[in-house]
Amino acid sequence: MSMALTQPQMSQPWRTTLVCIALGLLVVVLALISIALGAVPLSLDRVVAGLFGGPDAFIISQYRLPRVVIAILSGAALALAGLFLQVALRNPIASPDVVGITKGAGLGAMLALIFTPPAWIVWSVPAGVILGAALVALLLLAIGRGLGGGITTLALVGVSLGALAQAVMQFLMVRYPRGIDQSMVWLAGSTYGSTVADIISLSIWLLACLPAVVILAMMLDVSTFGDDTLKSLGLSPNVVRAGLVLTAVALTAGAVASVGSIGFLGLLAPHVARLMVGPRARHLVPATALTGALALLLADLIGRLVALPNEIPAGIVASVIGGPYLFFLLLWEARRRG
Amino acid sequence: MADIQQDRLEAAALSVGYGGRAVLDQVSLGIPNGKITALIGANGSGKSTLLRTLGHVLDPVMGTVLLDGKDIIQSPRKAVARVMALLPQSPVAPDGLTVRQLCRFGRYPHKPLLARTSDHDETVVDEALAAAGLTDLADRALHRLSGGQRQRAWIAMALAQETPILLLDEPTTYLDIAHQMEVLQLLRQLNREQGRTVVMVVHDLNHAAQFAHHIIAVANGGIHAAGAPQDLLTPELIRTVFGVSALVVPHPSDGTPLCLPLPASA
Repeated sequence: MSMALTQPQMSQPWRTTLVCIALGLLVVVLALISIALGAVPLSLDRVVAGLFGGPDAFIISQYRLPRVVIAILSGAALALAGLFLQVALRNPIASPDVVGITKGAGLGAMLALIFTPPAWIVWSVPAGVILGAALVALLLLAIGRGLGGGITTLALVGVSLGALAQAVMQFLMVRYPRGIDQSMVWLAGSTYGSTVADIISLSIWLLACLPAVVILAMMLDVSTFGDDTLKSLGLSPNVVRAGLVLTAVALTAGAVASVGSIGFLGLLAPHVARLMVGPRARHLVPATALTGALALLLADLIGRLVALPNEIPAGIVASVIGGPYLFFLLLWEARRRG
Repeated sequence: MADIQQDRLEAAALSVGYGGRAVLDQVSLGIPNGKITALIGANGSGKSTLLRTLGHVLDPVMGTVLLDGKDIIQSPRKAVARVMALLPQSPVAPDGLTVRQLCRFGRYPHKPLLARTSDHDETVVDEALAAAGLTDLADRALHRLSGGQRQRAWIAMALAQETPILLLDEPTTYLDIAHQMEVLQLLRQLNREQGRTVVMVVHDLNHAAQFAHHIIAVANGGIHAAGAPQDLLTPELIRTVFGVSALVVPHPSDGTPLCLPLPASA
């Protein structure tokens, strides 16, 4: 009796380890395939040789590898941002795009693209992204607090701010049709044209976020208690919530500045991870990050293959495939629970 | 019998309101140390608000809550959480916890940020589980417990917090009569054996009479009366506080006041 009851607990760390190893292997395999495919297809042994300085080192290190690395880092960042927001807002449909952060970032980037000289774009777009995302987040927290700080209020304020940012973006598209071509690709979300410099700046940004991510990850379980219990345990719910939201914003801004506004990933990855390893943070955080990395890598690869010689931006692929996949998972889970 | 020792938990001229509406107005009280105190009152009288303000879940509009003579609003939350734990009415737990995992969260106020659970923490958790009679259920998932067991699990979590003062908001609500007794007897045992101060909001006057040493009757945003059950629970008080006619007779088994509400026509 007690064996049967404790057994699932015992196997949980193993299950998580296996899931994470499997996800990690899939990421590596997809990354290699992704590097091998392109205008000049490379065989896998040429890819491996190229990674270690072989004859194809230039094309790999300058064109194909950056894309893959950027997809992995951005996917993981967006997925973690989604997870933090879902915990902060106690809402399973929260994610960076649902509560308006991605749209704020998109608006910031669009303003930068339209109103700053082309030569400035290298830094003006990331700056616009960060300012836009931060502005939405601060408005979110300030308005939410002004309205009493309820969780539902916060989520609804986020949705409204997102709709507002969206409306301004659409106005800009109509008003400045010529500046908008580049914005369109970027808004759909794509890893196209990533460079080594992009890897370095995204890595530095994410490393700066890392301490906050680690601390919040360790507080993630306790954060899901009700507000009254949090207070009784000596934590301020508002501080915890602000920490989660602001870190999610930082992660989202980094990812959006690199790959554009990829929407669905932040919603999808935490749910998929939860279905695989359960709700405890120590299992959920690594599985979510890996799922996000894998999902964006896969979306990017599919986007490059289905419409040759053209590309479909990864953000669109992620939504087209992610939506039905999440639906399928939820249906499967509901059946299993009977 | 006069208690010379200062009450550790006190309220001075406490006013609390939601959105401009005053729920409590200028309430002052002391919670007797090492005793079980029951807060009684009609729905909407402010008894739950009073408990939640004492536990620093709500902030007062005016007045202060004093814990060991210090204003709890000015004190660090973590320090308060080492002296006082509050169990809310319908607590929300993270998904997928076992009883032991829930209980470990009670150690939170005692741990530095990011510290792992120490051997001492595990010992305290084991003791809390044993005190709540949950040792055999320690590895069972929280959602698979009965209502009474789950309530005991939450109490065990508060016990692991090792606070001398325990506040409980309607700990017996939604439980059947057997589980109500299970929880109340646990609280009595904790009070007797570990000397914990217990403050609870209860609906059932007879529970208050049987289990509490001290009753505080809350009505119209203030304290109507406070005292020992045998002095306090009278037909007059029940009529004033609840608007109900009642007989009060000695309980056949232990002589505590037994309140029997009468139909309005009688």
